[in-house]
Amino acid sequence: MSSRMKMYGKHRFPGRLFIVEGIDGSGKSTQLSLLHKWLESEGYVVSSSEWNSSPLVQDVTRRGKKKKMLTPMTFSLIHATDFADRTEHYIIPPLKAGAVVLADRYIYTAFARDVVRGVHPDWVRGLYGFAVKPTVAFYFRTPLDVAMKRILGGRDAIKFYEAGMDLKLSKDDDIEESFRIFQGRIVEEYEKMVDEFGLVVIDATLSIEEQQAQMRKIVTEALTGTKKTRIRRWLDLASLAKGSRE
Amino acid sequence: MARFSFFGEGLPGIDLEELKGKLIVLEGTDGVGRSTHVGLLKQWLENNGHAVLDTGMTRSALAGKRLRQAKEGHTLGGVTMSLFYATDFADRLENEMIPALRAGFIVLTDRYVYSLMARAIVRGADPEWIKDVYGFALKPDAILYLRVKIDDMITRVLQGTGFDYWESGTDLHLGEDMYDSFVEYQGRLLREFDAMVESYGFEVVDGSRAIEEVFDELKDRTSRLLEPVPESPPGIPKTK
Repeated sequence: MSSRMKMYGKHRFPGRLFIVEGIDGSGKSTQLSLLHKWLESEGYVVSSSEWNSSPLVQDVTRRGKKKKMLTPMTFSLIHATDFADRTEHYIIPPLKAGAVVLADRYIYTAFARDVVRGVHPDWVRGLYGFAVKPTVAFYFRTPLDVAMKRILGGRDAIKFYEAGMDLKLSKDDDIEESFRIFQGRIVEEYEKMVDEFGLVVIDATLSIEEQQAQMRKIVTEALTGTKKTRIRRWLDLASLAKGSRE
Repeated sequence: MARFSFFGEGLPGIDLEELKGKLIVLEGTDGVGRSTHVGLLKQWLENNGHAVLDTGMTRSALAGKRLRQAKEGHTLGGVTMSLFYATDFADRLENEMIPALRAGFIVLTDRYVYSLMARAIVRGADPEWIKDVYGFALKPDAILYLRVKIDDMITRVLQGTGFDYWESGTDLHLGEDMYDSFVEYQGRLLREFDAMVESYGFEVVDGSRAIEEVFDELKDRTSRLLEPVPESPPGIPKTK
């Protein structure tokens, strides 16, 4: 690496970076995947990146979580390491190439979780100073009860760190109670960040279609001048399919 | 008043008042004999009745193994590598060094945040950024900086295992071959270390002398930090 590290807000790339944030059960992943399909159908080159997905670091994180070896500090640092790998390999190169990059969770997830775990807010903001500033950061605002219903109704057991069980928030070590308290504190942190980072708030109690329409409107404005592939693949396939049937 | 303090914002959930031991750091570039002297000091301190924990980089239970593997693959980017090292360091600080300090041990560490910062800066990291990242680290009681000139370093490396990929900074593409690269890379590290001498209060120890002489000076400097050990009654081994 010969070039010096660039800090938040200083990167200048031709691509666009859209990210979604919100607590579990806010519906942000559904919205991002709808946006992804739409952008591709519009002919954009789209690349996506998920939180905690670096192949290099993932197994350390997984092992640390499984064995409950993580302290608030190592929890914070291992996620930052994962994010750094994704930034260097999966976010910056496509942005340089002019692609649209979509990220499900971004640095704000770390800011919320780590601060709730007792890490200093300024320190963790500095830690992620190498991150690329998103073109638009969407925050899906959800009442806690709505999110809880979606989570508890819809899937497997809540995980230890996800419920903030390491923080001993529930007297009886009740995982649901701990989850509720922990997610409540995360929401407070998100709310503080809305102004600090200019997060674009989407009301996650609206219909899926309404939320998606709002996102597309904002994304469209931010896409002016972004390159598209020459072939609009989805439409071409659609017309081909139509042709063969007739 | 707590004996220890943090460089910056510190670690959550640590009560500094509880830390009773001493934290002694040996720093220096590659090939200065740091690990030899850590071994000698440990033996000497233990003979004098002190409990000692020695530790070094990439030895953490959490990330050590994976970090060593990742280095073999040479696939880490600069920022990622800096943070992976920080994770490894934090795990050792919280799970080895701090518990030992709490128990009144002398913690002898082969390298500390200074090496990690120097490497990160040489690999392009923003100096202020990496300094702030290590705001969670404890300030040591002493930083013994073994300093040698680049020529001595080369001689020692040639006598030892030869030029190593990472010690030569080969990932930075600084020279035509391992030799050129080593000289340039270690030269840059040396400049970073030298720049830290004043701001962090390094005690500079001339590492180009014979092992015995260097060790004598290290013993001297270490003794100053220690309270005198009570005289053991005859026949009973010295313990504290």
